[in-house]
Amino acid sequence: MDFALSKKHEMARSLFKEFAENEVKPLAQEVDETEQFPEETVRKMAKAGFLGIPIPKEYGGQGCDPLTYAMCVEELSKVCGTTGVIVSAHTSLCCDPIQTYGTEEQKQKFLVPLAKGEKLGAFGLTEPGAGTDAQGQQTKAVFDEATNEWILNGSKCFITNGKYADVYIVIAVTGKIEKRGKTMKEISAFIVEKGTPGFTFGTKEKKMGIRGSATYELIFTDCRIPKENLLGQKGKGFNIAMHTLDGGRIGIAAQALGLAAGALDTTIAYVKERKQFGRSIAQFQNTQFQLADMATKVEAARMMVYRAAMAKATQKSYSVEAAMAKLCAAEVAMEVTTKAVQLHGGYGYIREYDVERMMRDAKITEIYEGTSEVQRMVISANILK
Amino acid sequence: MKIVVCVKQVPDTKGGVKFNPDGTLDRGAMLTIMNPDDKAGLEAALRLKDEYGAEVTVVTMGLPKAEEVLREAIAMGADKGILVTDRVLGGADTWATSTTLAGAIRNLEYDLIITGRQAIDGDTAQVGPQISEHLNIPVISYAQAIKVEGDSVIVERQFEDRHHVLKAQMPCLITALAELNEPRYMTPGGIFDAYDAEITVWGRANLVDVDDSDLGLKGSPTKIAKASDKVRKGAGEKVTLDPTEAVEYLVGKFKEKHVI
Repeated sequence: MDFALSKKHEMARSLFKEFAENEVKPLAQEVDETEQFPEETVRKMAKAGFLGIPIPKEYGGQGCDPLTYAMCVEELSKVCGTTGVIVSAHTSLCCDPIQTYGTEEQKQKFLVPLAKGEKLGAFGLTEPGAGTDAQGQQTKAVFDEATNEWILNGSKCFITNGKYADVYIVIAVTGKIEKRGKTMKEISAFIVEKGTPGFTFGTKEKKMGIRGSATYELIFTDCRIPKENLLGQKGKGFNIAMHTLDGGRIGIAAQALGLAAGALDTTIAYVKERKQFGRSIAQFQNTQFQLADMATKVEAARMMVYRAAMAKATQKSYSVEAAMAKLCAAEVAMEVTTKAVQLHGGYGYIREYDVERMMRDAKITEIYEGTSEVQRMVISANILK
Repeated sequence: MKIVVCVKQVPDTKGGVKFNPDGTLDRGAMLTIMNPDDKAGLEAALRLKDEYGAEVTVVTMGLPKAEEVLREAIAMGADKGILVTDRVLGGADTWATSTTLAGAIRNLEYDLIITGRQAIDGDTAQVGPQISEHLNIPVISYAQAIKVEGDSVIVERQFEDRHHVLKAQMPCLITALAELNEPRYMTPGGIFDAYDAEITVWGRANLVDVDDSDLGLKGSPTKIAKASDKVRKGAGEKVTLDPTEAVEYLVGKFKEKHVI
């Protein structure tokens, strides 16, 4: 067992760090304040190859591994949680399922421009009455044999990269099936392009954190999509969604890790400068012990996130590793950013200071792509089976 | 077109300068980067490659660790890396360095050689022009813009308050300023390729038409007596006064310091 990163991973990390410091950090506060989607940063990331890191080169990607991708999301999130989730949703939730389940034609048509960063991706599973409970889905797709098209009706909510994405993976009900004597919804996955007639956007959500990330409602009204845009087999949509979320959780775990690590770095610098009672607050034992706990937890989270990323590269199933990594990293992110605010004192509560934003950004990592409670369900189901 | 770019691994001065007890730089204890002027030279070569098509070979002389800058160059888009390293080449000044690099470049085909203007750890700006002398080709230094026209290059050469536009027939050598361009980032896939790429390693035996007496410490006419960190200046004093008061204030200060 070797815990040291290879030289190429070290160099990739230094690249992500340099990019994050130069291109992302200077805009992080403004992006949060104005709730503006950082389009220019996304263009720069596309140029630098950050939007196709784990995708094979033959499909326009960088041909790197999930660990490199996780480190990219981590380093971006150290300075801006918004930028981290844009990359995560695009890569894990849109590129990955097309790479895994797409036909060669779908890969050429959709994955290549996505991996090159010419197009941005998104994923629509959640509905007002359905998230992790995929059986609650109301969005329907009906096949029209006369035109060889699927007709999509319904809506999706809380969709990251909404309106700014060009390609959307959409989960919908395509019929009914009998399973163990019960009638259940048959669920399928589709690739939907922005601009398809009948596909519109609802309101943009106003959020607590990751405020520059565009979170929209997707609305489908008699939206006709070509037969060849069915992703994977008809009726396999639930499996596709669950598998996609396994990968997505590694991205969100990496985002949470980055937020925690960024808050820790910021706080270390702050406590050395901040003076009280004639000495820096770093000299107080309380500060030292708090920082020691924060650093230990960040490192523990990092080990779990990297382990999950490695598992994605080498194992057929990595649901448990991904769930554990997300559960751990998200809770560490919330705890470490809260402590970071506390160590900043009153300044930590002021919006001018980065830790205030980081604490707000951290909360969502305990909620989206499966709440911490859902991660516990995944983990416990595995250990009790 | 074939382009050779010379780069140097230099200490990252942002991380602080560290010295050995004998006054020489403790390179092992300092973080390193690709010299900024050289990086601009590499970017210029890569842009020529993008525009006209070219094979870009990057050459560095240094410790075995210097292969890192070659991998960085490949991760940015260079095609090949050559590391010139040998104990007998150690302690080289600009003369011995340029002799070594020219000896290495004589093995290569080239239309254009690009070097940085100067390295941030030596600041001499001598190595590039010296290489051109050794190879007997024209040099245009301080390039702030480069274009290719047929078998010639057209270069804007920077001066303090103006620039000259010079045309030279290739093969020739250009020294680049950091202001020449904004170097691109490496790509993640480029980094993976760079670590799979083979770096060519050359030693003394691979150098063509060079004399041992021109190499390494022995071949270096310049001896460094002592190197030291810059003495940090104080923050100074800021005053806001109207012009008449300011003159009186300054004259008073100059008298106080016995300047006038």
